[in-house]
Amino acid sequence: MKSAVIVFPASNCDRDAATALEEMTGKKAAMVWHQDSELPDVDLVVLPGGFSYGDYLRCGAMANQSKIMGAIKAHAAKGGAVLGICNGFQVLTESGLLPGALMRNAGLKFVCKPVSLRVEESQSSFTRKYEKGQTVTFPVAHGEGNYYADDETLNRLDGEGRVMFRYQDNPNGSARDIAGILNQKRNVLGLMPHPERVVDPLTGGTDGRKLFESLIEALS
Amino acid sequence: MKARVFVTLKNGVLDPQGKAIGHALNGLGFESVGEVRQGKVIDLDLSETDAAKAKASLKEMCEKLLANTVIEKYEIEIR
Repeated sequence: MKSAVIVFPASNCDRDAATALEEMTGKKAAMVWHQDSELPDVDLVVLPGGFSYGDYLRCGAMANQSKIMGAIKAHAAKGGAVLGICNGFQVLTESGLLPGALMRNAGLKFVCKPVSLRVEESQSSFTRKYEKGQTVTFPVAHGEGNYYADDETLNRLDGEGRVMFRYQDNPNGSARDIAGILNQKRNVLGLMPHPERVVDPLTGGTDGRKLFESLIEALS
Repeated sequence: MKARVFVTLKNGVLDPQGKAIGHALNGLGFESVGEVRQGKVIDLDLSETDAAKAKASLKEMCEKLLANTVIEKYEIEIR
């Protein structure tokens, strides 16, 4: 599986993502600058965590205007896999690739801790190596992870099996405890918790490995 | 031409910052304060001289960037 990580000004989990991808795939990920207009030939594009453009205006809003987004939208339209983690999820909702929006945490505080998640669906390229209903622990680190969408959208996400991860103890006020969702074509995943931070026991766990193993199996 | 854009959360969208501001005002002794909702003001200088054209262009700016219409609404004021 060939992968690329997008680097925006003030991305700060881009290297974590690249390290995890190299550890899992044995291949270096291409680092793609936000001002580039083309992606290299890759199977997976990762939008990493961070505070792109200082979260100016709204988190993810400026990143969505960057040059590389056109290529990312084209990649997604062709069925290419896109994974948005944390700020990457915020960019994906701003871009319309995923529905809804991420708002200020209900408790107003930045939340940085490991959280328990239920894997709601194993029917996807991102979760096929997990058991449906399994509990995993990923860290969260965000101030704006409070997922919002209108009831109609939430019902559709539930009805179509597009809620991939749900918090077991909601840290941010997210609607229906949503931590991660898929697009309708099931090739774009956005989630607030960080699977790339739990691929090595040295850094606190290995529950994220199966997400990358799923992608490797699905995309190689 | 100068324009001012107000961006606020849609009715029904929870505003935790507004809530915290309300609590703080109550704490300062302003007991009459009930619900508080906060938002953004964006001032723009435009070279456009036709108010109708300016308004149309500002609407497009709001839809494309200034507001996230999933959660926010906007008002445009030409001054």
